[in-house]
Amino acid sequence: MRRIIVCLKQAVDVSQLKVDPATRQLITASAPRKMSDFDKNALEEAIKIKEKLGDAEIYTVTVSTEDAKAVLREALAMGADRAFFVNEPTLKDVDTFGTAYILAEMIRKIGEYSLILCGETSLDSFSGLVGPRLAELLNVPQMTSVRKILVEGDTVTAERTLEDAIETVKAKMPALVSVTREINQPRIPSLMMIMKASKKEIVTLTASDLKLDGDKIAPKIELVEVLAPKTERKKIKITGENAQEIADKLAKALIQEGVIGR
Amino acid sequence: MEGEKEMSENNSVMVFSDKYDLALEILGKAREIADKLQTELTAVLIGHVVQKKADEMIKYGADKVYVVDNHGLERFQPEAYLGVLHHLAVSLKPEIILIGSTKNGKPLAARLATRLGTGCVPDCAKLSLDEQKRLVGERMTYGGNAMAKLTFKMKPQIATVPARAFEKPEPKDRKGQVIKLEVKMEEPKTEIVETKPLETSNVRIEEAEVIVSCGRGLEKKEDKVLLEELSTVLCGQVGCSRPLAEDRKWFSEWVGLSGHKVRPKLYIACGISGVIQHVAGIRDSKVIVAINKDPEAPIFEIADYGVVGNLYEILPALKESIKKQLQ
Repeated sequence: MRRIIVCLKQAVDVSQLKVDPATRQLITASAPRKMSDFDKNALEEAIKIKEKLGDAEIYTVTVSTEDAKAVLREALAMGADRAFFVNEPTLKDVDTFGTAYILAEMIRKIGEYSLILCGETSLDSFSGLVGPRLAELLNVPQMTSVRKILVEGDTVTAERTLEDAIETVKAKMPALVSVTREINQPRIPSLMMIMKASKKEIVTLTASDLKLDGDKIAPKIELVEVLAPKTERKKIKITGENAQEIADKLAKALIQEGVIGR
Repeated sequence: MEGEKEMSENNSVMVFSDKYDLALEILGKAREIADKLQTELTAVLIGHVVQKKADEMIKYGADKVYVVDNHGLERFQPEAYLGVLHHLAVSLKPEIILIGSTKNGKPLAARLATRLGTGCVPDCAKLSLDEQKRLVGERMTYGGNAMAKLTFKMKPQIATVPARAFEKPEPKDRKGQVIKLEVKMEEPKTEIVETKPLETSNVRIEEAEVIVSCGRGLEKKEDKVLLEELSTVLCGQVGCSRPLAEDRKWFSEWVGLSGHKVRPKLYIACGISGVIQHVAGIRDSKVIVAINKDPEAPIFEIADYGVVGNLYEILPALKESIKKQLQ
């Protein structure tokens, strides 16, 4: 049986993030969390591959510093078979190196696999580093920015979206593929699926279960500050009796700004 | 002599991008950093028949250009390129490595940082040095809600730089050294089956001075013509938000955090609600106009001029009005 591993991040729901206007600090502590969008596409793709192959199982792996069970339950309801989870509040400062290292150790502990699927980047930090770092640590082929996947026999073929071309690449499995959001439309689990998922297993692992190397999880990057950008927009509302009057006023304003005409 | 050479290279700044123009842009900023650190700037050029480019890179600021000229490296290949950069990083021990943040470059930087056991700050819009002469990168985070300043706890310090973050410097008549390298090619793990050029417009939207952009408020694909007519009058380009490209497939590309980041003189957002990821892609525009039926749409919060109204009425009227007033 083929095993597909999907890396899932519990991300800050950036659309619901609030900023303290006085300090420009983000209020992240109370911000809702959700499964990172791109990772949801990766999971959906894994489910599609499983549906096609028939004989396959899907494991998810997650590193978090807080409870991520809601996200894992959602993944199981969508169609994952087992969810593995490292919940270590002590890993608060872990960076992309540490995250990739812990995921690699989790995957080594799981054992055999054919495919690792990741989101191209994460909803909140938007780094896009963990996938390639993981491919390096596990010494497997890497295919990034992928919008289409085909699994046949022991090879995976993927269509990559580059800046100016679509590149089709092929590799022997096991391989790591990171997907873009255009690859699919993730399913919304039905009540039936949610109920069935409650019987599926969430495996919680600790740093000591994985015998993590302190040097490797030590942060290599230091955060100096995070601040909301200053927005100094005029916010002028243009009103009028009808569309033409509004358009005239707007056109006049834009000419005065010097942004249209010569 | 040998010792002196070692010293000068040991804390150099190294630049690589698989997109040549981006490499030149980065060289400008890297030159500035290398001067502040009083160190050497080296560029790495990988490909086939690249001598002319190597000479040019010196004009753009490099002191040394390491050239790996190999027929097998004409096209980007993750492991082979990684092998070259890793070899150079280990032998030259640069203190800073700047890599172009392209679709191939960012994963390359991530893997190089992993192989070297160090950190990587991706997509730096700004780069500077702190008091301890550590590299500080500034990047957008939390879906565009914030800018993060990050620095490094160890060396080499690896950062990636997106296109157009820095201006391409003026080429100067400078002296430098081009060094040919023979590197044993690392075995590729993937095979390129096919490369098809992407169906994109000839003009890059990043270069447009005016962008008329639409979002979900546009009801039919054919209605794009309304935007096209206005943008023609303004000598601009048409753009869109992500749902119109990825969900409705009416466009092949979009503006936003995951698409193109733009900074035109004028951005006109029509029927775009203004989710944070879209805003992140347009934040640096000089003037932003929002046209939206919903007075509560968040796009108005970041607009200089807001019109609560129907884009189907406003756009044709605006086109006529601009034509008239510009005469």
